Amino acid sequence: MLLRLAERTLIFLVSLVVSSVFVFGFMVLLPGDPAKVALGTNATPESVAALREEFGLNRPLLEQFLSWAGGLVRLDPGVSYISRAEIGPQLADRLQVSLILVLASMLIAVTIALPLGTLMAVHHRSTLGLGLSALSQVGVAVPAFLAGILLITVFAVQLRWLPAGGWVPPAYNPVEFLRHLLLPALSLGLIQGAVLTRYVRSAVLDVLREDYLRTARAKGLTPMRALVRHGLRNAAVPVVTVLGLQLATLLVGAVVIERVFVIPGLGSMLLDAVGNRDLLVVQDVVMVLVVAVLLVNFVVDLLYVVIDPRLRTGAR
Amino acid sequence: MSEPTAVPSAGPPDLPTAGPARTGGAGSTPTRLRGIPEAPAGGRRRRRPAGALLVGGAIVVAVVVIALVSFVWTPHDPGIVNAADRLQTSSWRYWLGTDRFGRDVVSLLMVGSRTTLLVGIVAVGVAMLVGVPLGILAAMVPRWWGELLMRGNDLLLAFPALLLAIMLTAVHGQGIVTAMIAIGIASIPSFARVVRSGALSVMKTEYVLAARAAGRRPVGIALRHVLPNVASLVIVQASVSFAIAVLAEAALSYLGLGAPPGTPSWGRMLQEGQELLFVAPRLEVFPGVCIALAVLGFNLLGDGLRDHFDPRLEDRR
Repeated sequence: MLLRLAERTLIFLVSLVVSSVFVFGFMVLLPGDPAKVALGTNATPESVAALREEFGLNRPLLEQFLSWAGGLVRLDPGVSYISRAEIGPQLADRLQVSLILVLASMLIAVTIALPLGTLMAVHHRSTLGLGLSALSQVGVAVPAFLAGILLITVFAVQLRWLPAGGWVPPAYNPVEFLRHLLLPALSLGLIQGAVLTRYVRSAVLDVLREDYLRTARAKGLTPMRALVRHGLRNAAVPVVTVLGLQLATLLVGAVVIERVFVIPGLGSMLLDAVGNRDLLVVQDVVMVLVVAVLLVNFVVDLLYVVIDPRLRTGAR
Repeated sequence: MSEPTAVPSAGPPDLPTAGPARTGGAGSTPTRLRGIPEAPAGGRRRRRPAGALLVGGAIVVAVVVIALVSFVWTPHDPGIVNAADRLQTSSWRYWLGTDRFGRDVVSLLMVGSRTTLLVGIVAVGVAMLVGVPLGILAAMVPRWWGELLMRGNDLLLAFPALLLAIMLTAVHGQGIVTAMIAIGIASIPSFARVVRSGALSVMKTEYVLAARAAGRRPVGIALRHVLPNVASLVIVQASVSFAIAVLAEAALSYLGLGAPPGTPSWGRMLQEGQELLFVAPRLEVFPGVCIALAVLGFNLLGDGLRDHFDPRLEDRR
């Protein structure tokens, strides 16, 4: 088990390094001088040279990379080329907002998917199962931002029950916070729930066919009790994997949803930075998102060991 | 769709009647061995997957036909701005009404399908061109190198299409080409992964062993034996990736990072319509339905093809 932990940790650390090189290389090696880009049409050779000097853009690439990556490790992502503001504090605020949104959506997705997916698997040959299956297929086909727009149309425009957008920090006014959170979290959560439902269904279906479940039935358990006592734990392994992958999808989906609902999260920060050609901010936000994705995958890897005792021995 | 009362095809072999009453049916096999259950490809087992295949295929064909027709005919010129006719509701003249510039929504939707298909084709093409050889390579090189390639491949999964596209846009500026390439690059890992797992099992077969023993070169084996055997996996993945590409293009265009102004695209229509959400919500509904239908079509087609190529997986999805 320790060996496995060490192996996973090593892979995680290597992935971090490789992806930071990738993000850095992507932004630096592609044609386009960040200083020129930052100055836009007002760029004169002198002002470009001054900006390059100021932000250390004329240093060797390796040095630039090490200073950027080192800064990130020390939680100091640097200073924006455009606004000259420290990126760190804003990044932390925005990350908090995005995390709240993503976790709320995840909660909604799981709450929908676990019971529905199991139900669909148990009744997979009946009209109910097939109907739910078709419904989830439609859910998968709808982009989350479209769901958001439609939810706004119904609940904000027609019924006027909930605000169409904006954000209230939970400490400021908890009720308003929840009212503002509900629609964006629902639009991400419903769609992701539809995707997750299909995986839960297929995982439970696989388990239903296992010999040990037949044995459990044979010793007199009802189908539901057999499934709950022996099946769901086994169905959990693939589902947790998908959950991890989905957290990554949700983080990126949040980028678009934040635009739909005008939420000041990482996504809006990224898109604003793209609009302003604020390349260091783009680089930092992308890196934060990638680190989040890798971190989630790492945690999922560790969770396997908890869920599936067979993996604890180190045997694969 | 399902027949709960029917005898499962893998049922007891001593059953006197093999399969449900199909005698006299046009497709019944003339020589049927008594006691041997019907082959899965017979009829009953194919009925379910055929549903997804037919519906998905029909939607995809419809989108392609609409895109082709839009080159020669649309109800109105989608580029014509007509202030007098702005924000019309449905009528005989404008079937789905007009947008805020007085452009005909039906014509815009028809022309927009071209963007959707173009992005999907190029993105999936890029992903296939890189991902398929990569997957085969990772299956044919020594195990250690293969694992390393797949680790790198997995790492690329941490960069979803949208994120790659946003990064590319930050440097290159917005554009449909940027979007297509970014979506394509982001789709490489899924092709490489699927192809590698298929190719690994092909590499273990006796005919590949024989070919290697006969001294055939690796490239020859890859082209003659591995590629044809993973082709069905690639086709299924292409259909699924196409759906993802359609979703990604819609999101990018909605964010203003995909199709530039003036290029009709469903995602762009959503973006332009959002300001008028309180006035004309239908401007959001129509392109939204188109996107969802197209994605549904490609997803169903992928599912149907998967079941068609491998009926054992029938109930899995």
